[in-house]
Order: sequence, then C-alpha cells, then structure tokens
Amino acid sequence: MAVDNDTVRRIAFLSRLKVEPDKLEETKEEFNKILNWVEELGEVNTDNVEPLVSVNNESLTLREDNVTAGHISQEILKNAPAQEFGYFVVPKVVE
Amino acid sequence: MAEYIITTEKEKWEVICGLEIHCQIISQSKIFSGASTEFGDDVNENVSFVDAGMPGMLPTLNKECVHQAIKTGLGLNAVINKYSEFSRKNYFYADLPQGYQITQFQYPIVGEGAVDIDLPDGTTKTIRIERMHIEQDAGKSIHDMSPTKSFIDLNRAGVGLMEIVTKPDFRSPDEAGAFLRKLRSILRYLGTCDGNMDEGSMRCDVNVSVRPYGSDEYRTRCEMKNVNSVKFVMQAIESEAKRHIEVYENGGDIAQETRQFDPATQTTKVMRKKEFAHDYRYFPEPDLPPLVLSDEFINKIKSELVELPDAKKARFVKDLGLTAYDAMVICENKETADFFEKAAKGHDAKKVANWLMGDFFAMLNEKKLELKDSPVSAENLGALVELITSNVINGKTAKDVFAIMAETGENPEKIVEEKGLKQVTDTGAIEKLIDDLLASATDNVAAYRGGKVGLFGWFVGQVMKQSQGKANPQVVNELLKKKLG
Repeated sequence: MAVDNDTVRRIAFLSRLKVEPDKLEETKEEFNKILNWVEELGEVNTDNVEPLVSVNNESLTLREDNVTAGHISQEILKNAPAQEFGYFVVPKVVE
Repeated sequence: MAEYIITTEKEKWEVICGLEIHCQIISQSKIFSGASTEFGDDVNENVSFVDAGMPGMLPTLNKECVHQAIKTGLGLNAVINKYSEFSRKNYFYADLPQGYQITQFQYPIVGEGAVDIDLPDGTTKTIRIERMHIEQDAGKSIHDMSPTKSFIDLNRAGVGLMEIVTKPDFRSPDEAGAFLRKLRSILRYLGTCDGNMDEGSMRCDVNVSVRPYGSDEYRTRCEMKNVNSVKFVMQAIESEAKRHIEVYENGGDIAQETRQFDPATQTTKVMRKKEFAHDYRYFPEPDLPPLVLSDEFINKIKSELVELPDAKKARFVKDLGLTAYDAMVICENKETADFFEKAAKGHDAKKVANWLMGDFFAMLNEKKLELKDSPVSAENLGALVELITSNVINGKTAKDVFAIMAETGENPEKIVEEKGLKQVTDTGAIEKLIDDLLASATDNVAAYRGGKVGLFGWFVGQVMKQSQGKANPQVVNELLKKKLG
C-alpha cells in the first residue's frame, strides 16, 4: 500500500494541518515508510483471530450518575482566543 | 393499510424510507463526565474539563446511561449485546471541542429489534430496528447573534445520546409518523428520554428513496438531517419522494447527498454533496476499554421493566373490554393510561373510557390544562360513571354534573345530593306525569294514534321536561309506549 500526493493533501485537510507544497513529497515518503513498516505485520497469519481493541484485559468500570463537575465557566474559557457573554466566539461557521 | 403509491402519467412509484433518531438520555450527569445535563442553565456552566476537550482529561462512562440504553433496547424488543465498544468519529466543528465524537461503530450496545406501529386504519405493521448505539452529544452553535461570528455554548456537549437506526421499512409518511409517536410513547413509558422533538431532545434524520411500484431494487437515497417534528418528517418524506420522481421521469439521476428540509416551503435543499462528505476515520477509542455486561446486570433491568404500551393495550382490550382503538389512544401516554386505570377501577371500564376520551378530554382542551392539573380526579370520574350505571342519574344529568365537577372539583355524589338531581325511576311518579300530559295534549295524542308516530319523541321530551330532566328515559319510553298503545 502506498499513498500519493493527493491523499496526503486530503489527510492534511481532514486533520486541519497545513502542509506546504514543497513539503508534500517528503510527507508522502514518511507516510509510505510507516505504511510499509506496518504492512510487515500482514505476514502474520491472523485467521480466526478477533481484532484486539485493548491491550489490557480489563473491562470498563462505570461511574455512578452524580453531578461532580461544572460551574467553572471562567476556567473553561481561559484559553479561548475569543469569548463574549460567556460563549466561545469563533469565525462564523454555517454549513 | 392502504398502500401509499404516487401515481404519475408515466408510472406508479413506491417510497422507501428509513429513520435515524437521536434521543437524549435522561440522566443527572453527562455520559463521560460529571457535569450536569440540566437544560437552560447559564452558558458554559455545565461544562467540565472533559467536555471542553482539555488535553489529558479522560472519559469515564456513566452507569446510568448504560442502564437507560439497555432499558430502551429491551423496550425495542432488541438484542442486548453483552460486548460493545466505543469508537472515535473524527471531524472538526466548532461545537465539538475534542475534534472527535465518542460513539459506537462496529459493536453497538443494542442489536436488531422490532416495534409494532398502529396505523390510522386500525392495522398494525412491524418496523425492524437495525441497531442502537450510545454516544455523546455536541455543543450548541448560535449563528444569529453576529454577522461575522458564531457563539458556542458547550452545556450540551457530552450529554448522552441513544441513536436508533431503523431498517428501510417505511412505505409512507403515515408509517413514519406512527413510528415516531410509538417510539416517543415507549421512551416516555421507560423514562429513558423525554421525547420532546421541539426542544431537540429527540432529533430525526430521514432517508428517502423511490422505486417503480412492484420492483425490489433500492435506488440512491438522500438523507435529511435534523427534522424536528413528526409533522415535518411526514412532509419531508412526501416532498423528497416527489422530487426524486420528477428527476427520474425527466431522465435525470439522483445523487447521494445530505439535504435540509425547510418547513416554510415544504421543500428540501442540498446541504452537502457526497464528494465533500466527511471522512470520519473511525477507530477504537483508546481511552475506554470494551464494555462487557453481565447477564445479572441485564436481567436486573429486565425485571424492573414497566408494562409497555403494547402490553397495556392488549390487557385493556382483553380484561377491560375496550376496543383496540380506544385502548391505543388511552395507552399512548402513560399518565393517561394510569389515570384511566384508576378511574375504571371497580366501574364500567368501557363507559369510563368513553367519558375520558369524550367530555373529559374536551374539558381539558377547553381549559388548556394538563392531565395532572385536572379539576376532575380519576376517582370522581369513576364515581360519576357509577352513578350512571347504577341508574342514580341519567346520561343527560351526568353531563350537567360533570360540568359542575369541572368547575368545583367536587365529588359527583355530593353534587347530585345537594342539587337534588337523582333520577326518578319510581314508575308511579312518571306515570302521573304521562297521564297529565296525555290529558292536556289531546290533539297530539289523536295525531299519534292516527299514524304520526314521529310524535313519540315529542312526548318523551315533554315528560323529561316536566321531570326537570330527572326521569329515567328508559322508564319513560316504556310507559309511554304502553299508554299511547
């Protein structure tokens, strides 16, 4: 499996990462190196083996339904580039 | 059910529709954090560092949300999967601070199920459920506060959702409408979601395609997002189906796309084309190990399940003698069904049902009252019916008594006693009224005996009037017939 420049551009767009045109080739090579390395795992026979989701065998522990957090809007908004009336403010996004 | 077929000059068309419904889970705290789910609090007050997507914060699954999901799955007659997993659905949007939604993808908590819907013509149809999974809600974006900015409130971010996906089993707008009403009824009985579509706690995506009637192909479908009332869902299906037909009949093709239904124009317009569709790049959520449920946990929930609308309906028909229609109307809402059962206890259930669905609901409508605020209690409604069935008052007097009950909240026995409304069943007294009438209305008596039998009603009316409405109409009828010969 190998990716081309278009795929790299697309992944960058989906991840909202800026990849300069002169870096495309280099990034593509890096992607392909990783993919090739992972592909080696394909040599292992995994017939009848269920996918492994988690390496620790623990099952999920559940939390009781109590309100234990909140009412920290000032702290929540602290890192916001812009805020007004208690809201996060972002450039207009209407799809 | 009468089939829903759209007939044009060229062809007969059938509609294929499936629904995806997002239902907000009723719980105190959010699905992965300890912030409150309270609706309408101050902006960004019910937000924890987890909900705000702060680095290093870890989600912890709320037991109650799992509980509610299993309950709902059982209510949908669905398979509960003892093993399920959480996944990340990746996309960027301003009201999704993590940059991904924690949801379930390959292994949902609830598998296939089935829900019976009641159609307007009295028939039922089974709608198959494909799956139901749990996930977190996004925050709220407000676009109309400024021309250049959007405002984000994260209070809703992280509230638990159940997404119910049906098979493409709907063949008409009526069927989809009936399903949404049934689903809402089931959720409210279970107490797992309040089902208010206008407040957004239940939101519906509608998938529509069409095909020539009788064919078994599936053509390209379009999805309409966030249609927010039962009526709009029905209108959206109709208008979208007509659009598809028009395109096909003009030699065009339908592109798979997401559209938005505009209730004002009752048409749909494109939101985004498939080529720009999100590539969600799902992968297993590394912060949450798989959810493994024990039989014990599931069985305990099963044992606590309330009687659901279908079971209640069947019982009302079988044990209380209601018609299927009456039972369906009464059972749609749990509060109504409970009120009815209380009112009918020890009395003529069919009569109680008639009163409840007739004068009683009319009174609530007129006074714009909710059932819980009714001035007439369930016990008093039952007592009123008892007064009729035991011949203490007649049906006409009962309406007057009911009107007083609606004003004063008084019990009917007391009203009847105080106002002297007990009906006269004493044949002697009624006979006397009849004799007086026949003696004074000799013309009409002669006319009746001469063949104008239509006058009988007039005689009954006169006697009732003389008795101030208190005579037992049946006794009056019988005696009049005898005396007029």
